[in-house]
Amino acid sequence: MQDFFDMGGYAGFVWPSYGIAAVVLALLFVFTWRLLKTSERRLAQLQAARGRRPRRDRAGDAPAAAAPHETAPAEPADAAGEMR
Amino acid sequence: MHRFANPNRFLKLANAILPWAAGATVILLLAGLYFSLVASPEDYQQGATVRIMYVHVPAAWMALFVYTAMAVASAVALIWKHPVSDLFAKAASPVGAAFTFIALATGAFWGKPMWGTWWVWDARLTSMLILFFLYLGHMALMNAFDDPQRGFRAAAVLALVGVVNVPIIKFSVDWWNTLHQPASVVRMDGPAIDPAMMTPLLLMAFAFKAYFVTVVLLRMRGEIAEAKVRAISMSQVHG
Repeated sequence: MQDFFDMGGYAGFVWPSYGIAAVVLALLFVFTWRLLKTSERRLAQLQAARGRRPRRDRAGDAPAAAAPHETAPAEPADAAGEMR
Repeated sequence: MHRFANPNRFLKLANAILPWAAGATVILLLAGLYFSLVASPEDYQQGATVRIMYVHVPAAWMALFVYTAMAVASAVALIWKHPVSDLFAKAASPVGAAFTFIALATGAFWGKPMWGTWWVWDARLTSMLILFFLYLGHMALMNAFDDPQRGFRAAAVLALVGVVNVPIIKFSVDWWNTLHQPASVVRMDGPAIDPAMMTPLLLMAFAFKAYFVTVVLLRMRGEIAEAKVRAISMSQVHG
């Protein structure tokens, strides 16, 4: 078992390589998942708000005030681009 | 809403593929890690550092593969105005950047014990660094415009211009003097690598590919939802 962790004396090079790859791929997956959930939640909110009111009510000049957008909480950096 | 007819059909397909891609990622990754770290021999020259190869080489392959796929999608998007290919390019570039970063970082950890240096400014390493910056530029350009369509267009042009870098990376080890070893798997006279090392290498390569499919499909689903949010907001503003 000790041999396994030692990596023939190269433990300081082999393990960080696997560690970096694991961390980068895991983080990318977590950010992707959060981005997806945030977008789908906003879409569901908008569609629900739209379904509640008949169309002609929104034809007047009370525009975006009725739309419950920009309610999403703080997001990871790559989602911020979409928020403006 | 006819504009979304296509993305909706795409969503169906994506949702059908996703569980298989995610399952394949987990299984291939577990098998790949077992063969990479336990059930493969040490190299007679490089000792255990050869195990770095099983992350480094598949990541570098992915870096090139993702960029090529992104460039093809960008060409399709520019020529046929196919909305799903724009979304693919947008979803793919962060994944490509991640694989390029992994290839660069693991390369440094392999270079230090074998070459005696973390980094050299030679053709292979420098062209790989340029690829990383191309990915970052692509991501930045994508989000630099208020109108997403302009972002898609500008980023697609960048992806197409930058694709000249891909053959430069591939052949850099043959064209210039370099510390980096030449290709030993994808070569004209067949692979020059022991089968015991080929197994973990291929398992990890397929694991990374399955990971790429999973993450890109999830990102594209997010982008489609985001585009619908934008479309609904616009229709509310403009009546």
